[in-house]
Amino acid sequence: MFDINLFALFGQLLVGLINGSFYALLSLGLAIIFGLLKIINFAQGALYMLGAFIAFLALKYMGINYWAALIIVPVCVGLVGILMERFLIRPIANEDHLYSLLLTFGLALIIQGAFTHMFGSSGLSYAIPEELKGGNRLPFMYLPNYRAWIIIASVAVCFGTWYMIEKTKLGAYLRAGTENPQLMQAFGINVPLIVTLTFGFGVALAGFAGVMAAPVYSVSPDMGSNILIVVFAIVVIGGMGSIGGAILTGLGMGVVEGLTKYFYPEASTTVIFLVMVIVLLLKPAGLFGKEA
Amino acid sequence: MKTFNKSLTAALVSGVIAATAATSVMAESDGKVKLGILADMGGVYADICGRGCVTAAEMAIEDFGGKALGQPIELVTADSQLKPDIASSIARQWVEADGVDAIGGLVSSAVSGAVSKVNLNAKKLTLISGSASNTFTTKSCNPFNVHWTYNVVALANGTVKPMVQAGKKKWFFITADYSFGHALEGVASKVINENGGEVVGTIRAPLGTTDFSSYVLQAQASGADVVALANAGNDTVNALKTATEFGLTEMMDVAGLLVFTQNAQAMDPAVAGGMRLTTGFYWDMDDKARDWSQRFEERHGSIPSMIHAGVYSATTHYLNAVEASGTEDAAVVIKKMKATKPEDFFSRNAELRADGRMVHDMLSVEIKKSEERKDKNDIYKVISVIPGNEAFSPMLPQCNFS
Repeated sequence: MFDINLFALFGQLLVGLINGSFYALLSLGLAIIFGLLKIINFAQGALYMLGAFIAFLALKYMGINYWAALIIVPVCVGLVGILMERFLIRPIANEDHLYSLLLTFGLALIIQGAFTHMFGSSGLSYAIPEELKGGNRLPFMYLPNYRAWIIIASVAVCFGTWYMIEKTKLGAYLRAGTENPQLMQAFGINVPLIVTLTFGFGVALAGFAGVMAAPVYSVSPDMGSNILIVVFAIVVIGGMGSIGGAILTGLGMGVVEGLTKYFYPEASTTVIFLVMVIVLLLKPAGLFGKEA
Repeated sequence: MKTFNKSLTAALVSGVIAATAATSVMAESDGKVKLGILADMGGVYADICGRGCVTAAEMAIEDFGGKALGQPIELVTADSQLKPDIASSIARQWVEADGVDAIGGLVSSAVSGAVSKVNLNAKKLTLISGSASNTFTTKSCNPFNVHWTYNVVALANGTVKPMVQAGKKKWFFITADYSFGHALEGVASKVINENGGEVVGTIRAPLGTTDFSSYVLQAQASGADVVALANAGNDTVNALKTATEFGLTEMMDVAGLLVFTQNAQAMDPAVAGGMRLTTGFYWDMDDKARDWSQRFEERHGSIPSMIHAGVYSATTHYLNAVEASGTEDAAVVIKKMKATKPEDFFSRNAELRADGRMVHDMLSVEIKKSEERKDKNDIYKVISVIPGNEAFSPMLPQCNFS
């Protein structure tokens, strides 16, 4: 009996890790936007939804397949983000953070409302690409190929992003430019451009996650709002603005949620917030955040 | 964060006030029939009873001639936002100040429950078309409740019973963790046990769960014959999608206990094809249904759900009763409604029982596979007709309001 349970547990751990990959992608985008730009982007969930919808529409009306969508959609969503930053967020950049929070929250509601109006609330279906259909029977579970791909792709993108920001010269400019804009501008660096591009990149990650999600979840207007609050909690747990923290916490919380789903499913949507409360009480800056 | 919370609260409150205020226009006038349709205009159930429920009521009023008791019939509509407190404040405004005689539409059992309480106090009719719980004609029955279209008992009897009788004895439930899911699971479990089956496991998944893979793995390990999805909308779609992806559908049957045409359309035929389900109506079931559904589609842009058809049918039956009894007094009208058999494209072999339950023939249908479909609206194959008295449970003596 015991070994069967152990097998089941392995399955849950793996499934948790897969969900954690989604959380990692989304919280990474948020962490970049918050950590570097100090903008609380409540529209991240809506942009994730937008990514999934663009992938659906591109396939249906232009025959753009999944693999092309993985590249094209993040670019499109990133462009939307760039326009948002340039024309909506920048004018209020010097106001209290609350303003950008409310602005992006309002935008999220508008985008979601518009999509409900256009496509209804029932959702649309997007097939798993032919190359990733099927799966492998592991000793403890059946692992669909697409789920394995989710882990690989997310971890690669997350690691790449972390490396770029923390280890390259470009990342150094970025961090310096947002830390001390006046000084960097004096060195001749175009800081506003860096800010816009960073915002675009953070948002593009949401678009990428949207494409990844389209084949496995129902593509529906409320898919973003369902996941957004959880992702915010993850960013808080990881430490506001910590890039590596967001990734590790995302993966970790996926596992915690997966285990909860096994032992006490009723609490599975609550457990992350419970962890958040505990972390905030014990370490207010978050697990990986720097103490202010 | 405190200021944020305050401003958010302020925004929510003003939203509620605006929503309520928008619905209050006219003062009461006697001898005039005024109907309210409360629906979900922008939430998760907007497709199954949102604008479409309003359109269905409009069509019913137009087909009736637009006038009752010699005066034009008025229609007011509002968005319940699926929130019981908002629904009851709108209902109160309608029946107490605006002279609304009956409230229809009503998706989500919690919303219907709230409205039903207000209407009982005001002695006005509650014409429920969208909700699934059977509580309105059992535990919380009252003389002014009318429950049209379907309920959890009919779904369980229609879908579960034949499967258990065909030898699928072991059942595993993935249930939406709120009142509707619990009610559906409870009723279905009873049907399973009564027919010699057993429930080998139950998972209560929170409403709006995105990822069902963990539950699917547990279902797989349970050794059940059938995995029953006691949930609705996107939860059902996501659960089924995941079940297929993880190979569950090759090992055991999956039964969606509540699937609307809009959900069936949203599912990949490769995933959903072959699944049996129970519905109160299918647009393509015969000429009468097709006729009406075509008119509905022209106005609304998509085919009707059973709830849309139910709203039309309930509204028509109500207006007929008003005209026949010569008054809009709810106590008189409800007697007339119960004394007359509803007969239209939706109601077949139907009667409105003394407890307010509208009993009619239900359909057992199968979702078509891709190769069987002519176009995007061609989704179901009708397998059999389930007579009303087999689908719905008998009336409780304490709910006999004859």
